[in-house]
Amino acid sequence: MTAPIEVTGSESEAQPEAVLAGMGGKVEGRSLGQIAWMRLRRDKVAMSGGVLVLVLILMAIFAPLLSSWFGHPPSEFHQDMIDPNLQRPLHGPWHSGVSAEFPLGVEPTSGRDIFSRIVYGARISLLIAFLATLLSVILGSTLGIIAGYFGGWVDTVIARAMDIFLAFPILLFAIALAGVVQGKVFGLSGNGLRIALLIFIIGFFNWAYIGRIIRGQTLSLREREFVDAARSMGARAPYILFRELLPNLIAPILVYSTLLIPTNILFEAALSYLGVGVNEPTPTWGGMLAQAVPIYSVDPWFMIVPGLAIFVTVLAFNLCGDGLRDALDPRTR
Amino acid sequence: MRRRTPLVAVGVALALALAACGGSGDSGGSSSGSGTFNAGLTTTVNQSTKTGGTLRIGNAGDWDNVDPADTYYGYSWDFIRLYGRALTMFKPGPGKEGLQLVPDLAQNLGEHSADFKTWTYKLKPGIKYEDGTPVRAQDVKYDVERTLDKSTFPNGPTYFNDFLDTKGYTSPYKDKTPGKLGLKAVETPDDTTIIFHLKKPFSGFDYFAMLPATIPVPQAKDTGANYKMHVVSTGPYKFESYTPGKSLNLVRNTNWDPATDPNRKQLPDRIQVQIGINADDLDNRLMAGSMDMDVAGTGVQAAAAARIQSNPNLKKNADSSPTARLNYISMSQSVPPFDNIHCRRAVQYATDKAAMQTAWGGPLSGGDVATHLLMPLIPGNQDINPYPSGPGNHGDLAKAKAELQQCGKPNGFSTVISARTERPKEIQAALAMQQGLQKVGIKTEIKKYPQGDYFKLYAGNPAYVKKNGLGLLSMSWGADWTEGFGFLSQIVDSRVIRDAGNTNLGVTDPAVDKLIDKATTTADDTARGAIWAQIDAKVMDGAWMVPFLDVKQLLYRPPNVKNAYVSQGLNGYYDYAQLGVK
Repeated sequence: MTAPIEVTGSESEAQPEAVLAGMGGKVEGRSLGQIAWMRLRRDKVAMSGGVLVLVLILMAIFAPLLSSWFGHPPSEFHQDMIDPNLQRPLHGPWHSGVSAEFPLGVEPTSGRDIFSRIVYGARISLLIAFLATLLSVILGSTLGIIAGYFGGWVDTVIARAMDIFLAFPILLFAIALAGVVQGKVFGLSGNGLRIALLIFIIGFFNWAYIGRIIRGQTLSLREREFVDAARSMGARAPYILFRELLPNLIAPILVYSTLLIPTNILFEAALSYLGVGVNEPTPTWGGMLAQAVPIYSVDPWFMIVPGLAIFVTVLAFNLCGDGLRDALDPRTR
Repeated sequence: MRRRTPLVAVGVALALALAACGGSGDSGGSSSGSGTFNAGLTTTVNQSTKTGGTLRIGNAGDWDNVDPADTYYGYSWDFIRLYGRALTMFKPGPGKEGLQLVPDLAQNLGEHSADFKTWTYKLKPGIKYEDGTPVRAQDVKYDVERTLDKSTFPNGPTYFNDFLDTKGYTSPYKDKTPGKLGLKAVETPDDTTIIFHLKKPFSGFDYFAMLPATIPVPQAKDTGANYKMHVVSTGPYKFESYTPGKSLNLVRNTNWDPATDPNRKQLPDRIQVQIGINADDLDNRLMAGSMDMDVAGTGVQAAAAARIQSNPNLKKNADSSPTARLNYISMSQSVPPFDNIHCRRAVQYATDKAAMQTAWGGPLSGGDVATHLLMPLIPGNQDINPYPSGPGNHGDLAKAKAELQQCGKPNGFSTVISARTERPKEIQAALAMQQGLQKVGIKTEIKKYPQGDYFKLYAGNPAYVKKNGLGLLSMSWGADWTEGFGFLSQIVDSRVIRDAGNTNLGVTDPAVDKLIDKATTTADDTARGAIWAQIDAKVMDGAWMVPFLDVKQLLYRPPNVKNAYVSQGLNGYYDYAQLGVK
């Protein structure tokens, strides 16, 4: 009897060692980086989300350049473009002030360049969102892994803490803290202090979201044979946690961070809208929305632009995150 | 489908937003009734003597208190005349005539001693409360005593506390004398005579007599802090019901005798006030005709202002009413370099007043660029311009730089501007000022504070100002009454400065204090007005305050409202005691 199928080499098999060089540790079958990348590449919607994210990041990084090439300084008033009585821009379709000189128009009352303020606003939104997410992820992953692995009273305490933090009214707390924390704290003051405060509040209170997920994943992972194997070889808890379990958790951490970023962007926008974000005249998308809402019937363009900016950014990160999740863990599709 | 819904949502959102701009070209405002833009400033619009109907009034905020002893809002002092009569009042009618005081409860304006420290009024006979009992001079004294009690009634002005020779009297609620009339500074030798004894002379006491503090309160019916639930009326209307924060309803007071009161009208059967309506909603209702008056009288919001100014059908029902309110920036001499007059003058020249005017709403809805402290409504006003702001009022940068050289800061300096968080126009104006000052190298940071505590904890607290380097303070001040003392006394007299809750944010000039004392002892109105103009010039000379806006309020009077006119005496509000709806 001959074997009906010739089992030969590895045209479509991934090479575990080469691929996992960057990821470290042993992984069993789930998230092979190259397979994931190939799946991701095929997902057109997720790729466009990813490209958009890249564009936004570049826009934020190069804001000063973009502003000087295509627009005007973000805080500069151009009241000659404004009708002093009606407060709205004089020119442009729908009185938006859009022209060659002001590609996205001007703000009512002050005449500030909207394009400049949008690209600078991207900096604030993305900076705060990224750093807050980083804080959440570090806190959440650490506590999640510890809770999931150790079980018992450690798990109970941390799980209850998660419940408490998830129930916390973050918005109210943020408003209260922003009003109370003044002057110089840890050597920071003014806008620096505000930004640090926002990062702390958003990051610190959101850790439970990631924590819960990581805890769940850890609970399922710790029953696996490789953990028993490591333990039987005499490995201590820290080694198991950070050299065995964590690498397996990179995938969900990555995915849920990408999904947490848009939540944090919306948070920052909400806080800026309520007036507890960074100070004037630093532009923020939420702050621009707050100014636009009372006069939307007179100048709707001013409400559309920052609203669209927030919307597009959140959408891009969501698509990217969804795609990443689909690529890394197809069983959840 | 999950991926498609966001795109659908975008489309829907865009469509809705675009539909909104279609709505800005509206047909609003009925075209019945006569009236042209600003007619209410010089004439009584839609005159009528017909009675009946309900006057529907809205208030986007709430009263500080409807009790005559505890209220400090200009609109409240206007409205309170519907259910209360004080010793004197402003003459009804549009134009300059409205700045004169006429007797209300009193037969004549006050008779005074030669040293202006004793003032006597005699009440008109035949004035009754809503229940038919006669009004006595003792009841006027009783309300004055109540206003002295700043723990039960913290909101009201402190003129009687400051000027009466109280000799330690604090409150009628701690008063053990029969009838609780223990205040010796106010004498009532009989039921119709009242005599005030002041500790310092004051020639304008008739203005104090105009305050709600002299509205009579029957001691037997006084329930202290709860008296506001049913204030016993001496005016044409009485309380039907009052729910604080929700509604106030007044009905005709049948015991009001028009023979004793030529200054008010009693036309509508009912006056219904809805409290706490959304401000933009209130404006929309006014323009649609389902609301008759906005009692707060500070003008329409930005969206309505734009609609009114761009629609002639609406504009003819509007008045751009000048007020005795000044928006200005105060400079703190305890914060360097504002201790140097040349640095202060640099800021005076560099301020972009036109930009700040636009930030406040432009010429019709914001006001006129101010060049000194007093304004046209104040008798004796002299139009001076000690620090001209260049062509277009955008600032005279050359002169500003010259002053910076003189104060030793040729390249500018850094400081802080304070503004109130809840006032977007104030913040916009601070931003405009920031941009203007930047052009001569003065870099500013804007700090926002809550308005509730602005005077108690922040800008009005000298220790806080000094510690936190608040060099420039956003400020807005309206006259308590349209006259020099009523406007300037609380903001330029160094002797009113205290540890907290200041409204004088930094003017300390003994020469100014002396002139104020001279004004308060000058009987002749014209001469007094001239002294206040001098005080104006002296404070401007010291460059302590940068005035930038003589505030105008864009008011809307629906065409079905009768007898609407702007009262100059009442500081630019419609006279609520004349309105009708038929």
